[in-house]
Amino acid sequence: MKKQKKTIGLHELYQKDPIEADRLLWGRESDPETRRGFLKKGALLALGAALGAPMVHAENFPAGIIPAGLADADTPFQIPGKHPDLIVLNDKPLNLETPAHLLDDKLTPGDKFFVRNNGLPPEESDIDVNNWTLTIEGESARQKKSYTIQELKERFQEHTYQLVLECGGNGRSEFNPPAKGNQWSTGAVGCAAWTGVRLKDVLEDVGIKSNAVYVGYYGKDRHVSGNPEKEAISRGVPVEKAMQEESLIAWAMNGEPIPYQNGHPLRLVFGGWPASCSGKWLSRIVVRDRVHDGAKMKAPSYRVPCNPVGPGEKVKDEDMCIIESMPVKSLITYPMTGATLKLNQQLPIRGHAWAGELSVEKMEVSTDFGATWQPANLQKAANRLSWQHFDAKVSFPKRGYYEVWAKATDSEGRSQPMILPGWNPKGYLNNACHRIAVKVV
Amino acid sequence: MTEKQKQAYRQRWLNTISLIVRTVVGVFFAAVGLFIYAIFGPTMHGWFEGPEPIPVEEIQRRIAEKEADLDRVENGIHLETGLIAAEGWEQVRATCTACHSAKLVTQNKATRDGWEKMIRWMQETQGLWELGAQEAVILDYLAANYAPEESSRRANLDMDEIEWYILEL
Repeated sequence: MKKQKKTIGLHELYQKDPIEADRLLWGRESDPETRRGFLKKGALLALGAALGAPMVHAENFPAGIIPAGLADADTPFQIPGKHPDLIVLNDKPLNLETPAHLLDDKLTPGDKFFVRNNGLPPEESDIDVNNWTLTIEGESARQKKSYTIQELKERFQEHTYQLVLECGGNGRSEFNPPAKGNQWSTGAVGCAAWTGVRLKDVLEDVGIKSNAVYVGYYGKDRHVSGNPEKEAISRGVPVEKAMQEESLIAWAMNGEPIPYQNGHPLRLVFGGWPASCSGKWLSRIVVRDRVHDGAKMKAPSYRVPCNPVGPGEKVKDEDMCIIESMPVKSLITYPMTGATLKLNQQLPIRGHAWAGELSVEKMEVSTDFGATWQPANLQKAANRLSWQHFDAKVSFPKRGYYEVWAKATDSEGRSQPMILPGWNPKGYLNNACHRIAVKVV
Repeated sequence: MTEKQKQAYRQRWLNTISLIVRTVVGVFFAAVGLFIYAIFGPTMHGWFEGPEPIPVEEIQRRIAEKEADLDRVENGIHLETGLIAAEGWEQVRATCTACHSAKLVTQNKATRDGWEKMIRWMQETQGLWELGAQEAVILDYLAANYAPEESSRRANLDMDEIEWYILEL
């Protein structure tokens, strides 16, 4: 049976929440009473560009409906700033995954970087970069102190690191019994060059007490229910991780402002840990004398059983432990699955491998379902916590159907499993080998 | 037949022939005209009227038509939400999509027990209200329509999803 396409159409988006669709697509704000859209200049231009002609009487155009010029288009809608081929797993909150072949760049460009939102981002119009402040406080902070982004830039040394961000639930779709949540396949990962200041430098400027245990964050995203009392997400990391050199308060990604959906204008970046630790639209950091207890810190969120359990087993909350470093993993980013080639043609393979806090020591590929493995060239990481590129050439003995499998081994000798790793109730940490289909004709 | 009669007879003949010739010529020119219009019509249209803005009312009418179009069930699937249109789907739509996308339902699979846990979790942490008598209807629907499937420890690649292409090397 053909699986239902996971992409979402323009109509569907407008059906769900027309006002939100307007905001997402055109940045159009609406007056809830008259339902008349206020088209800002930029939004008007965007609408015009999409229609191929300026819209006459745009100021009268009611909120939350699809302009007819687009209503006929059956093409999936595009999230501004994001590649149209990203797969929309969820549109409220927005969750976009990147197909493996779109991760072929050495550094993932902003338009191809996956999106895992737990809530609704702050209104783009409310983001005032010049007046955005970051406040540090908490029971283990020596004082409460705020910085504008400009102050961060002026007061502290700027650093750029290539850091992998991967959602803890990447690969969830394969677990059985199934786990609830966004059914990520392989694409909730990316590696970009992040620029900002070290969290460590800022925390030292504020001063932290010796009883500090955890560093938590709060961002400006809003809970999906619309309840302003509720946080969308507020997680963090132990102080030791916060104090690492590569732990950044970042304002730029690949030399440009961070994309809106990825946390513009300020976010945390903790490479190699579940990306949910790296708060977006960052406004507040709390230095805690205990494990931070913000939204989605408690079991079962972003936790796995402390001791291994059988598939489907019930696990008590107190037996669930917070995920820290992500496991070793790799992706084949070239060619795209489905490649057809001629007999005697050699197939070049390339991709990336990463290993959470560790480095990747060995990379292998197989064309016979793991019966034999051949080594791939593996490059050194640009810096700690970056992904490493690999490439190989494989050939095929005769015509037919093949799969190319890739397997990374980390610096402590742990490899990716070919079958699924141990089951866990929330479907985290699936680092099973990636594979692509190839036909030789 | 007198000479006069003969002449009148000839005249009638001539009239008939002339009528036929004029008809054929008329039809010919009409056809040529239509042909030219078919080819150049759209271009010529612009000479006289210029680009015509679509009135907002017309856009609204078309959109209303499109929207109404999606709020219907086709092949057992409600097009707007993607929900399986089995007993209880309207309750699920009304309750679940108040907060989140229906995709969060349709992409998941669980037993009745598993779905109940999700509801409890949403009630405890996400502000979901008490569902009362609706709860059984919703759980029955979810358990029946979004149940786990049997699968191996590692499923085959989905052959139907692969779009084969010739790789240029």
